[in-house]
Amino acid sequence: MKRLALYLFLVPGAATVAQAVEPDEILADPQLEARARDISRGLRCVVCQNQDIDSSNAGVARDLRLLVRERLVAGDSDDDVIAYVRARYGDYVLMSPPLTPATFALWGAPFILSGIGMVFFIALTRRQGSAQTRPLLSDDEEKQVDRFLDRGSEEDTS
Amino acid sequence: MVRFLAFAPLVIAAAFGGFFLWGLDGDRDPNAIPSVLISKPAPEFALEPVPGLDTPGLARADLAGAKGPTIVNVFASWCVPCRAEHAVLTALAETEGQTLFGINYKDKPADAVRWLNELGNPYERIGSDQTGRAGIEWGISGVPETFIIAPDGTVLYRYVGPVVGDNAVATFRAALRQAGSLPVDGG
Repeated sequence: MKRLALYLFLVPGAATVAQAVEPDEILADPQLEARARDISRGLRCVVCQNQDIDSSNAGVARDLRLLVRERLVAGDSDDDVIAYVRARYGDYVLMSPPLTPATFALWGAPFILSGIGMVFFIALTRRQGSAQTRPLLSDDEEKQVDRFLDRGSEEDTS
Repeated sequence: MVRFLAFAPLVIAAAFGGFFLWGLDGDRDPNAIPSVLISKPAPEFALEPVPGLDTPGLARADLAGAKGPTIVNVFASWCVPCRAEHAVLTALAETEGQTLFGINYKDKPADAVRWLNELGNPYERIGSDQTGRAGIEWGISGVPETFIIAPDGTVLYRYVGPVVGDNAVATFRAALRQAGSLPVDGG
């Protein structure tokens, strides 16, 4: 029952999020429209910054959606459309940041951090490994130990 | 190796601490969108005048043709902060002789005319951008936004949001001084 209530609460929310694209924006050609949706999902809304323009209700997002469709109808390729928007709003408008000198740290951080982690991991396991492979006691030493133990037991019994 | 490991927690703490310190910096605005237009030529656009106003329209050529640096202000009658900003811009245009151009963004002409009649019209030229397409060319994210353009048509500065309040006005005036359109020693 509780779960049903949760679904009823969540489902209309999901539907409104998905329907920022208004009916009058949608292109007649389903193939072009699919490409437009695809491009829109990769472009950031500059007003509500963590949304893509495909799901944003902001005025500028709508304008950009219309612009994307206009460029597609005019015969631009997907890359052309993205380049057109990027020329006006900069790299910031792309939802996934491109690999440029400014973003080397961003893209490199996962590799550098896992590299450091690997160094630590190897260093620690090596130390543990060397502790385990310490040479066993020599025969003389074993005898010495036996002697100590024996004498110990003798003292206990006496 | 052991000696290195002993220092590792300190190094890690210092790295994270540095990162957090950077994040806490009050002057850093994570929402600020860097403008790609700065130091680039102003975008190509040509806007009709607002119907019902005597003020002529605004095009790219008007920016390059002006005598000194110009201020381009994107405004709309439906934009409440624009109303607050209007007095600041009027003072700059009328008492300090700045050249002020306007882009009337996605506004009904009748509303724009009424708004300007009520508050006064400090703009030398106003282009009517009813579709918002010129706004996209300028890369704006909302209204108001204000640009400073060099006489050769290069975009020198962009201010996002209303130029209202001591801090904002001081920042904007500093940009005007740097553009050479206000005297350097002036307040």
